[in-house]
Amino acid sequence: MAEMTVTDKTFDAEVVKSTILVLVDFWAVWCGPCQMQNPILEEVGKVYDGKVKIAKLNVDENPQTASKYGIMSIPTLMLFKNGAVVKQMIGVQSKETLSDEFNKVITQ
Amino acid sequence: MYDIIILGSGPAGLTAGIYAVRAGRKTLLIGGIRWGGQLMLTTLVENFPGFPNGIQGPELMMNMKKQAERLGVEFLNTEFTQGDFSSRPFKITADGRVYEAKAVIIATGADSIWLNIPGEIQLRGKGVSTCAVCDAFFFRGKDTVVVGGGDSAMEEALVLAKVAKSVTIVHRRDSFRASKAMQDRVLKEPKIKVLWNKEVTKYLGTSHVTGVILKDTKTGKEEELKTDGVFVAIGHKPNTDKFKGIELDAKGYVARKEVNGEDGLLKYRSATSVPGVFVGGDVHDYRYKQAITAAGFGCIAALDADKWMEENK
Repeated sequence: MAEMTVTDKTFDAEVVKSTILVLVDFWAVWCGPCQMQNPILEEVGKVYDGKVKIAKLNVDENPQTASKYGIMSIPTLMLFKNGAVVKQMIGVQSKETLSDEFNKVITQ
Repeated sequence: MYDIIILGSGPAGLTAGIYAVRAGRKTLLIGGIRWGGQLMLTTLVENFPGFPNGIQGPELMMNMKKQAERLGVEFLNTEFTQGDFSSRPFKITADGRVYEAKAVIIATGADSIWLNIPGEIQLRGKGVSTCAVCDAFFFRGKDTVVVGGGDSAMEEALVLAKVAKSVTIVHRRDSFRASKAMQDRVLKEPKIKVLWNKEVTKYLGTSHVTGVILKDTKTGKEEELKTDGVFVAIGHKPNTDKFKGIELDAKGYVARKEVNGEDGLLKYRSATSVPGVFVGGDVHDYRYKQAITAAGFGCIAALDADKWMEENK
């Protein structure tokens, strides 16, 4: 499964300790642009299945992680490699932008 | 080959889609990645008829999209990269492919303008925002600033007032251009303070916003204001940069070129400088800018496109 939900409790195990790349989508139900981002994440998630994990974190229900990473605007997308943030993107991102970022990090 | 390609997925584009498919036209709607348009950044919409208790902006757009989909509009949730209107069929490039259509409706809308002052790019998402609905949550118990004087500035301020410790509206004139209903709500809200005749000239802070520099528009005097967040709502600019060969007006919006029939009466209200290309919504409208006027003009554009195709087979 390309897309999963992460929480304050599971963030460490699923994101920080992940052996593959993880794109974390910081979102909330009241955020219209977050809904715009959803279908795009579903699409890239399928294309990069097995290479990039798409992890959705609801900032409303998981304030600790959102605050730890200094999130002040949503949607924010953060790309994690070996537990470290390698890219942060603010606002809705296109399939092309996300693919480009994934490819950069994958080929490194 | 499509009969009609619609560029844009706000009220204008989606209404155009509904009318186009109901006229029997094979229709593709290229919606952009931020589909739904400006209403996706709002909360309660109270002035769209048919909803006695109002409706949330994103929900209204979701409903319009579902309606258009159910009736048979094809959707592409991607940005078009180029619109070529130099020859027919018209060619629209999106997702690395070229889509052709006999008629095109431009409904690409308008996007928020930023202040374009030092610190803005670095601090976006770190206290600088254009969407209070999205980001107010992160300013619970904090001091915030809203820049602007129109309806969207009022809405931003009211959204923030629900959670923030304080909201200061900074406006460069001595009166708002917002609707009276919105102004009244703002001026009645005890958490909201207004600074008239001031403009923001600089953001302060490195890892996140700590304040702004304000300049008095009358005296030129500068002062510092401490704040945790700045919400910019100074207006919009029409999204016209990706199509070539369409005439724009003096303000940079798509110019409407009304066409009269042989009887001297108005025939195509939504025509542009290129026959077969029609326009609706905020990309041409700098005056009314309402969801309902955009929807109305989307309808006009679809009816015009349908009639034009009938006469130009």
